[in-house]
Amino acid sequence: MGARQQTERQATAAPAIELRAISKAFGPVQANKDISIRVERGTIHGIVGENGAGKSTLMSILYGFYRADAGEILIGGRPVQIPDSQAAIRAGIGMVFQHFKLVQNFTVLENVILGVEEGALLRPSLNKARRVLGDLAREYELDVDPDAAIEDLSVGHQQRVEILKALYRQADILILDEPTGVLTPDEADHLFRILASLRDQGKTIILITHKLREIMEITDAVSVMRRGEMVATLKTASTSPEELAERMVGRKVLLHVPKGPANPGRNVLEVENLRVVDAAGIERLRGIGLTVRAGEILGVAGVAGNGQSELLKVLGGFQRATGRVRVNGDDIDLTGRRSDGQTRRARGIAHVPEDRQALGLIMDFTAWENCAFGYHNAPEYQKNALFMDNAAMQADAQAKMERFDVRPPTATLAAKSFSGGNQQKIVLAREIERNPDLLLVGQPTRGVDIGAIEFIHKRLVALRDAGKAVLMVSVELEEILSLSDRIVVMFDGRIMGERLPDQTNERELGLLMAGVAA
Amino acid sequence: MDLMTALQILDSTVRLGTPLLLACLAGLYSERAGIFDIGLEGKMLMAAFFSGAVAFVTGSVWLGLIAGIAGAMSLAVVHGLASITFRGNQLISGVAINFLASGLTVLIGQKWFALGGRTPALSGEGRFQPIVLPFADSLRDVPVIGPVYYELISGHTALVYVAFAAVPISWWLLFRTRFGLRLRAVGENPAAVDTAGISVTRLRYAAVAIAGLLTGIAGAYLATGLSAGFVKEMTAGRGFIALAALIFAKWRPVPALGATMLFGLLEAVANRYQNIDLGGVVIPVQAMQALPYVLTVIILAGFVGKAIPPRAGGEPYVKER
Repeated sequence: MGARQQTERQATAAPAIELRAISKAFGPVQANKDISIRVERGTIHGIVGENGAGKSTLMSILYGFYRADAGEILIGGRPVQIPDSQAAIRAGIGMVFQHFKLVQNFTVLENVILGVEEGALLRPSLNKARRVLGDLAREYELDVDPDAAIEDLSVGHQQRVEILKALYRQADILILDEPTGVLTPDEADHLFRILASLRDQGKTIILITHKLREIMEITDAVSVMRRGEMVATLKTASTSPEELAERMVGRKVLLHVPKGPANPGRNVLEVENLRVVDAAGIERLRGIGLTVRAGEILGVAGVAGNGQSELLKVLGGFQRATGRVRVNGDDIDLTGRRSDGQTRRARGIAHVPEDRQALGLIMDFTAWENCAFGYHNAPEYQKNALFMDNAAMQADAQAKMERFDVRPPTATLAAKSFSGGNQQKIVLAREIERNPDLLLVGQPTRGVDIGAIEFIHKRLVALRDAGKAVLMVSVELEEILSLSDRIVVMFDGRIMGERLPDQTNERELGLLMAGVAA
Repeated sequence: MDLMTALQILDSTVRLGTPLLLACLAGLYSERAGIFDIGLEGKMLMAAFFSGAVAFVTGSVWLGLIAGIAGAMSLAVVHGLASITFRGNQLISGVAINFLASGLTVLIGQKWFALGGRTPALSGEGRFQPIVLPFADSLRDVPVIGPVYYELISGHTALVYVAFAAVPISWWLLFRTRFGLRLRAVGENPAAVDTAGISVTRLRYAAVAIAGLLTGIAGAYLATGLSAGFVKEMTAGRGFIALAALIFAKWRPVPALGATMLFGLLEAVANRYQNIDLGGVVIPVQAMQALPYVLTVIILAGFVGKAIPPRAGGEPYVKER
C-alpha cells in the first residue's frame, strides 16, 4: 500500500508527535503512568483500551485540557508546552470529540469561525470561511451546506463540520475520539475515505476507538493502553484483533461468544400492526409486526432513531400504542391503566432499557436499591404490612451482584460509582434473575468494556438456551450478527426485512438500514 | 379617543417602558451568555437608591447616574463570583441579590437621610430634564406629524433615548460582531467556546458586567428621571416583568422593544383610566393596575408559543474529563 511505504520512508524523519514519560494523577488515581509514544507523520495511528484505561486523559493533555504532572511533549521534534486549547491549536493539533463541540443553532460557517475570527466584525471572516470550506470540500469529500444550522444536519454531517473546523485551523494532526459510535456503516465508510485522503496529503491522524475491526481496517500502527499504562505499540499489519483484545484486557477474550444452534419453541411474543404517534404528531411506528419464539434471540437492527426505541418503550410499558401484542398467547393492554411496566413484569416481560442511566437505574441510589426497583413489591422484600425488609434486599442484591461478576461487588455503593459495564450488569442481574419469559434488551453493550461485553453476551445466550425469548435492539451490527438467531431491520418506523445471520452480511444489512429495499 | 389622548398614553408608555426595556436588554446579555439573572430587580433597586442619594448630596444627576451604575455593578460582580467563579446556583444567587438590595437600600437610606428609607426629593440639576429635540416647537402646529414629533418623540430625558438606541446597538453587537458570536456561543454550548481556545469565564463576566451597566441605567432612570428621588421598593417587580418580556421576546433585542413597550402601555392605560365604566359594571382601578402582572403570568404560563432559552442557561460550566 502506498501509505505504508510512505510511513517507512518518513520513519527516519522526526515523528509528528512524541510523548515522553507522561504521567498524570487525579488525587489517588493514576490516570496516566509514564506514557511514551511516537506517532509518525502521515500515518493513521490507533489507540485502543478499555474505558478508564487513560486514553481520554492522554488526549486531553495533548489538547491542553489538563497539564501533565511529568513528561514532555514534542511536536515535529520540538518540545512544546500546551497549557490550553489555544496552544494546542497553534501547535497544529485538531480534535474531534466524541460529543461534538458545536453550537446547535449556529450555521456551519459560524461554528467554523468561532475562535478564529479575522477581526471584530463577522462578515469578512464568514466570507473567507465560505471560500476555504469550498476548497476543502472539493479536496476531501467534505461536503456540507455552509449556511445550514447544525441542528438540521445529520450526525455524520455534524462530524464533518468538526473535521472542517480542525482543518480550517490548519491542523496537521487530527485526533478523533470514538468517531464511528454514532454513524451508520455507510457514513463510517465515508469517514474512513476522508481520513485516508487526509493521510495521503501528509496529515497525521490519531484514532481512538474500541472497535477493533476499525483499527484493523484503517490504521497503520496501533497503541494499546491498559490501566493508565501504554502496554504496546504495534504495526497493524503484524497484529490481529485477538491479540489486541488480549492486550487490552490482560487475558484471553472471546470476541465471538460460541453458541450452538437455536431450538425455537412456541411463540412467546406476537406483535401485529403496532403503531405509535408521538406528541408532535409524527408516526414513529408504522405498523410493526414480528414474533419472538421461546429459545431464540431476535435481533432488531437499525440506525438509532428509526423506531426501535419506541418499540422497546411500548413493549416495556411506558409508551401508548395501537395494534395488538400477545405474550404467551394472551393479549396485553397497550393503553389504559393496565399498560404499565408493573403489569408487564407480572406477565413475565423483563426490560433492560437502552438508556440505562436514565431509565434503568437511579444513579444516586445504591446498587441494592437499584437491584430491587420494579420488583420492590415482591413478597420477599417485605418485613410486614408497613415496612420493607432492607436487609433482605441488600442480601439479595449482594448475591446477584456476585453471580453477575459486578465489580466491586459492594451493594451499598451508589449506582453512579460503577463503570458503564458494571452498571449494565446490575440492570441485567435484576431483570434476568427474575426468570422472565421474555427479555427486552436495548443496546446491551453500549459504553461497555470488551471484557464485560463477553460476559453480557454469554448471559444472553445462556438465557436463550434456557428456553427464554430475547428481543435485542442494537445499533452494533457486529453484535446483531453474532448473537441473533433471526434479524429484522427497522427503518423509519417500519420493518424493512428479515434475514438469517448466516445468510446475510453487514453490507446487505447496511442497505436495509438505509431504507434501500434489497 | 382623540389624537392628543392617544399620544399622551403613548408618551407615558415610552416613559414607563424605558426601565423595562433597559432591564430586559440587561437580562438578554446575561442569559444569552448562559447566566440566568433573576437579580435584575435587586440591581435596579440598588442603582435607584444610589443614584437618588448621590444626586441629592452632590446636586448632579450625572454623578448620581455613575453612582447608580456602580451600585448595580457591585451586585453584578457578586452574581458573577457566585455563578461563574464559584459555580453556584444562579437562581439562588439572584434571589439573594434581590433580598440584599431590598434590605440594604432601606437600611442605608434610613441611616443617611432618616426619612424612613426614602431619599429627599430631587429637583433641578438633581433630575434628568426633558430634552426638546430640534424643530419640535416650530413643527408643533403641523397636523399629525407635529403633535407626534412634539409629544411622543421629543421631550424625553436622555436615558430614554439611550434605552432606545441600545436596541439596534445590541442587535448589531450580538449578530454582526465577533464579541456577539462568542457571547451567543457561550450561552448555547460553552464547551464549544472552550475547545476553540476562548475563555468562557471572561466572556460570561463581560455579559454580567453589561447587565450591571444596563440595570444601573434603568435604576437611575427610575429615581432621577421617572420620579424625583428614591422610594422604598420603587422597582415594584419591574425586574421580573422585564424577565417575562425577555421570554416573550424570545431573547431577541428588537422583539424585546415590542414586549417591554406592551407592558409599558398596559401600565400607562392603568394609570390614565382609573375606573372603567362598562355600562353599569365598573372595573375597579386595582384590576387595571394588576393588568401588567396578569399578562406576565399569562406569558410565563407559556401562551406565547415555544420559547427556547439558550441551551446552556443556568448551568455553571465545568470542564469535563
